[in-house]
Amino acid sequence: MSYDPADARRKNTVLALTLFGVVGGMVGLAFAAVPLYTLFCQVTGYAGTPKLAAGEHVGGNPNGLSIEVRFDSNVARNLPWTFKPVQPKVTVTLGEETLVHYTARNTGKTPVVGTATFNVTPFKAAQYFTKIECFCFTEQRLEPGQEMSMPVLFYVDPAILDDPNARDVGTLTLSYTFFRDDKAAAAPPAVPGRGS
Amino acid sequence: MSDASTAVADAGLHIHAHPTGWRRWLYSTNHKDIGTMYMVASFAAGLIGGVLSWIMRLELAAPGIQYISDPQAYNVMVTAHGLIMVFFVVMPALIGGFGNWFVPMMIGAPDMAFPRMNNISFWLLAAAVVLMLMGVVTGVGPGVGWTVYPPLSSATYHPGMSVDFGILSLHLAGASSILGAINFIVTIFNMRAPGMTLHRMPLFVWSMLLTAFLLLLALPVLAGALTMLLTDRNFGTTFFVVAGGGDPVLWQHLFWFFGHPEVYIMILPAFGIVSQIISTFSRKPIFGYLGMAYAMVAIGVIGFVVWAHHMFTVGLNVDTRAYFVIATMIIAVPTGIKVFSWLATMWGGSLTFPTPMLWATGFIFVFVVGGVTGVVLANAGIDVQVHDTYFVVAHFHYVLSLGALFMIFGGFYYWIGKMSGRQYPETLSKVQFWLSFIGVNLVFFPMHFLGLQGMPRRYVDYPDAFAGWNMVSSVGALISMASTVLFLYIVYYTLRHGERCPANPWGEGATTLEWKVASPAPFHTFETPPVITGRT
Repeated sequence: MSYDPADARRKNTVLALTLFGVVGGMVGLAFAAVPLYTLFCQVTGYAGTPKLAAGEHVGGNPNGLSIEVRFDSNVARNLPWTFKPVQPKVTVTLGEETLVHYTARNTGKTPVVGTATFNVTPFKAAQYFTKIECFCFTEQRLEPGQEMSMPVLFYVDPAILDDPNARDVGTLTLSYTFFRDDKAAAAPPAVPGRGS
Repeated sequence: MSDASTAVADAGLHIHAHPTGWRRWLYSTNHKDIGTMYMVASFAAGLIGGVLSWIMRLELAAPGIQYISDPQAYNVMVTAHGLIMVFFVVMPALIGGFGNWFVPMMIGAPDMAFPRMNNISFWLLAAAVVLMLMGVVTGVGPGVGWTVYPPLSSATYHPGMSVDFGILSLHLAGASSILGAINFIVTIFNMRAPGMTLHRMPLFVWSMLLTAFLLLLALPVLAGALTMLLTDRNFGTTFFVVAGGGDPVLWQHLFWFFGHPEVYIMILPAFGIVSQIISTFSRKPIFGYLGMAYAMVAIGVIGFVVWAHHMFTVGLNVDTRAYFVIATMIIAVPTGIKVFSWLATMWGGSLTFPTPMLWATGFIFVFVVGGVTGVVLANAGIDVQVHDTYFVVAHFHYVLSLGALFMIFGGFYYWIGKMSGRQYPETLSKVQFWLSFIGVNLVFFPMHFLGLQGMPRRYVDYPDAFAGWNMVSSVGALISMASTVLFLYIVYYTLRHGERCPANPWGEGATTLEWKVASPAPFHTFETPPVITGRT
């Protein structure tokens, strides 16, 4: 067992480079966490992320049970809009598609583009709130003084009845917050109000 | 044969002139000199962090705003105190200082595997300290806490460059630690003396190996998250900005994926040191060696899957919280194995209590207190109640400020004879231990009561109802300040007038390899590897 310095150095270098690879991999994982986190929330309904309808849904609600859905609206301070739900709440039959509207008006003097974020509370019930069509899927551009009706088509999955954790949920609240989108403001006007 | 020695010389392996003066330090590739520099840097940073904490305790001694007129300035002090203590005091002392000094010696290696990388690790850290201090004095300063949560840390609420300085400082400190971690892993895996198998390594070396792996896996995640925060602040990305579809809670996930292993990064080396000291002064091998080593492995592994117990209030669903509660509590099992093994080592041992042993026994006491409140906090239901109160402050200071810091002191007294060649003054050092022990317990134990009464952390002021225990806590800070001053005197006295230390001042209990070489340890040790025949 003779000691060979060149061999020892080579072994050290190989191990060190492997460890640098691990470091690189962990940095990569940190950045991969961003899309994975979004995906995770969409799949599981974490943090109040509603489901997006993937296709036909099956309504398994023979007893015709219903649930109350409330609507909430917020506007970021730097966006000169008024934004209100047309109806503060509706009672919907589980599994039945429901169409509701929000109204937004640009009270400023310039055209503005806004995008909305949304969530559903209580968080644990968000996974059963499924949106089929929503204004929040696209950027919205409003000319000065323009008023627009913004529709949301959704249903509440009857599977909520089978979830023991959601047994105490009698009301869902869908909340939107509109933010100013300055990056899109420079772009040509989008087709407003998809679905309206 | 002559060919081989020429090859060694050509490869630059330690056969070169000793640089002197400032070159010896600035260009140093010697693990002992670099370890010394880490210790000095850590003590200097510790004084800054300590002064900040004493100013905070002065302000908090009585209700009302007395000395710090600007609440933001108080927030900046909280932040600087936390970041400095974590990144520039505990980590450099335990890992860069004691690790550099004693890992190569304990495994019979001549030096670290990559001496130049070792040098750059230290100087990156020095640069990081400078950047951090620049951040503190820039603009309104970073009043974000050590957790740097957005949106508070976003450009909206912290405009100016102070937070950016802080981010870049942590980037450099992270790079420094990652390079150091790679160095330790390669050294421990490839450079052990013949016969020094993994299962014969002293527990301090085990603790450093595991710490290095935690650093390697956790710090890149912090670096990634900090980069996202930096681009959010400066280049319009929206990783953590809700308006652009980001989520501030993602920061918390990434931060705590780093942050929880980070607390074990700070405590595992302390576990290693306490094991060495207790074994030495019980004059017995450590009880349950393999259990001790693999308990640390278990703590390290489980430490990566419990991060969301810092986030019980962000709205996790009940099943997720149940998982994180259980996973967190499971960590108490390997930790309990360690505590009981330390006690079992002392049981029936031929005990003496010189200063390092006082610190080690003191460590067990404070660590158990901090560990028990940790189990309390692991319960999501209780945590929601005491989240962000002084109960949490008390908990993590018991494990870190008292736990990890106790072993910085313990390691200092244990090894200063080996490092400097001079022994500390025993009586004075025991006085310093008792002053510290009484002082810090007086500071932090009342915080449990304050937290349970609902006093929130990170505020410059508080309602009158909390006045009593806050005063007690501040008196404790005064006592710990006195002990720090005494410690500075002890360091001065030791280096100047301390008695010459023999190669092994501790007798038959000190079996590890560093006690086989002269004190102070020669510039180069174990250039011819020793042959190991049993567990040391």
